[in-house]
Amino acid sequence: MSTLAITDLHVSVQTDQGTVQILNGVDLTIKKGEIHAIMGPNGSGKSTLAYAIAGHPKYQVDSGTITLDGENVLEMSVDERARAGLFLAMQYPVEIPGVTVTNFLRTAKTAIDGEAPPIRTWLKDIRTSMANLRMDKVFAERNVNEGFSGGEKKRHEILQLELLKPAFAVLDETDSGLDVDALKIVADGVNRAKETTGLGIVLITHYTRILRYIKPDFVHVFVAGRIAEQGGPELADRLEAEGYDRFLTPANVG
Amino acid sequence: MTVVSTPTTTPTIHEPVIPVQTRSERFASVNVEDFAPVTGREDPWRLTPLSRIEALANGEIIGDRYEVDSTPVDGISIGWIANDHELVGTAGTPEERASANAWGASDGALHVHVTGEDDKQATVSRAGFGSSPRGAHTVISAAPFSRGVVILENFGQAQLTENVEIIVGDGASLTVVSTQQWDDDAVHLASHFATVGRDAKLKHVVVSLGGSLVRLNPSVHLNTDGGDAELFGLYYADQGQHLEQRVFVNHDAAHTRSRVTYKGALQGDAARTVWVGDVLIRQSGTATDTYEENRNLILTPGARADSIPNLEIETGDIAGAGHASTSGRFDDEQLFYLQSRGINPDEARRLVVRGFLGEVVQQIGSPELEQRIHDAIEQELNQGVSA
Repeated sequence: MSTLAITDLHVSVQTDQGTVQILNGVDLTIKKGEIHAIMGPNGSGKSTLAYAIAGHPKYQVDSGTITLDGENVLEMSVDERARAGLFLAMQYPVEIPGVTVTNFLRTAKTAIDGEAPPIRTWLKDIRTSMANLRMDKVFAERNVNEGFSGGEKKRHEILQLELLKPAFAVLDETDSGLDVDALKIVADGVNRAKETTGLGIVLITHYTRILRYIKPDFVHVFVAGRIAEQGGPELADRLEAEGYDRFLTPANVG
Repeated sequence: MTVVSTPTTTPTIHEPVIPVQTRSERFASVNVEDFAPVTGREDPWRLTPLSRIEALANGEIIGDRYEVDSTPVDGISIGWIANDHELVGTAGTPEERASANAWGASDGALHVHVTGEDDKQATVSRAGFGSSPRGAHTVISAAPFSRGVVILENFGQAQLTENVEIIVGDGASLTVVSTQQWDDDAVHLASHFATVGRDAKLKHVVVSLGGSLVRLNPSVHLNTDGGDAELFGLYYADQGQHLEQRVFVNHDAAHTRSRVTYKGALQGDAARTVWVGDVLIRQSGTATDTYEENRNLILTPGARADSIPNLEIETGDIAGAGHASTSGRFDDEQLFYLQSRGINPDEARRLVVRGFLGEVVQQIGSPELEQRIHDAIEQELNQGVSA
């Protein structure tokens, strides 16, 4: 069984005000086929965890380990991590002017698989996934994320998730800024990807709303850069009712 | 009058001069003797390496007629006209010495004339200039209501200073493309002068890839109501290459519109680009709508891009005027995004450069030429894009 294991992870980031410690010892183990929801208030370090797994150069891992089936992820470059089977659906995907979605997807697929996808099945896969995500055909000829609405950007992230077929995906606030219809479409896409490939998912969210459509196996509450509490889906129900107030002592509000 | 930004000159030690304060007052003459020899301290020349252009600006040059290669197209005629032809001198007058030098030396002008309202395209290939310093003169005219694309392709050796006059008749729609894929040691100075008739449209595209020094200065006089000019430029400077463009758009009539978009990539030691964009909106230019931008992508250390937008507005009644300029290295977030999809850093950088320049390539409007420019950019990229 494929496993993504994070042990005692400490991560800091350089800012104008100096080094800021963000993650203070995160332990998390995800097996293939599991869905882990990571919930927490703003500024608790959820997105930092996502970027640290993906290898964003801004985030400095000070100690701890991340392994994928025993392989040291921290020694891999960003693209090596992706080719090893990790995927990050970003909260704020960037624009790539002049690069069409079609060209981008083909280049990414070729990089991940180590060979160009067979053209006929590939085009069919794209069409099917785009139709499932209610994306218009003209979308494929637009430049990556250029002029996309918030909802289109998120759907484009999930389109990549479906086509690139990673072993593990981190979804960083994929639900933020989506109306309920778009949320359902995106959630369906995630569920479809899981049914097809049985990937493991880390679902980072501020709200419990998306958990109505994507059922987590585990829920972790993130506070001040570490996991403060974990449990099953029932923990999400409790957060829905109570909010994060009971985790927020005056010391870690901010 | 609002002067947003004004170019300055460095006064010479012996005779202090007051810099010209507005673009419209710049001295112009067809007579080379009216210009003092270029020293490199003059404002129009201060960013250009003098040693490479001295022979063309200050020396004796030849100006005989030369070989061109073109395929006949219905509605586009190509031939030679004499210096005293009525069209010569209608679109502009030299504003610097190398341009005046070419004006005086040229024996006639190559004339490309577009007629007829159907879409058509002609390519004029020039590859036989040789290595002697020389001048040339070209007139491209579009009859009223005509439509066409004229491509000037440049290859081979050249020590060339030239004037290109572009005359767009009322209601016409003309695209002029000039591609520079010269040999490594070629030097090319060009002044393009355009006038745009009533409700006419000019699209002007400059693609500079090859040559030791290419300096192509397009100026467009929007002197009739409703004239529209779109100016695009794409340049890719390698090690030691100097690619310069000084654009001037002169809004001199009501309801005129201009868009200037120049994008460049620089790679290698002493790769150098210069972009100066002057936009002047005269009192006569009411309801003008203009926007100019220049973007430079600096791919390696040791390269330098100058980018100088100037906007001069003499009327309070305009529809819109803006400018933008950015020069920078790769966007780290773009690279992270692409790498996070498994694409290796080298391929990610190529993708970004291709996309960056591709926005201008898409504007050329000739699929074959677009493909050729894409291939040429690919070749440049193969010479190495690193961090």
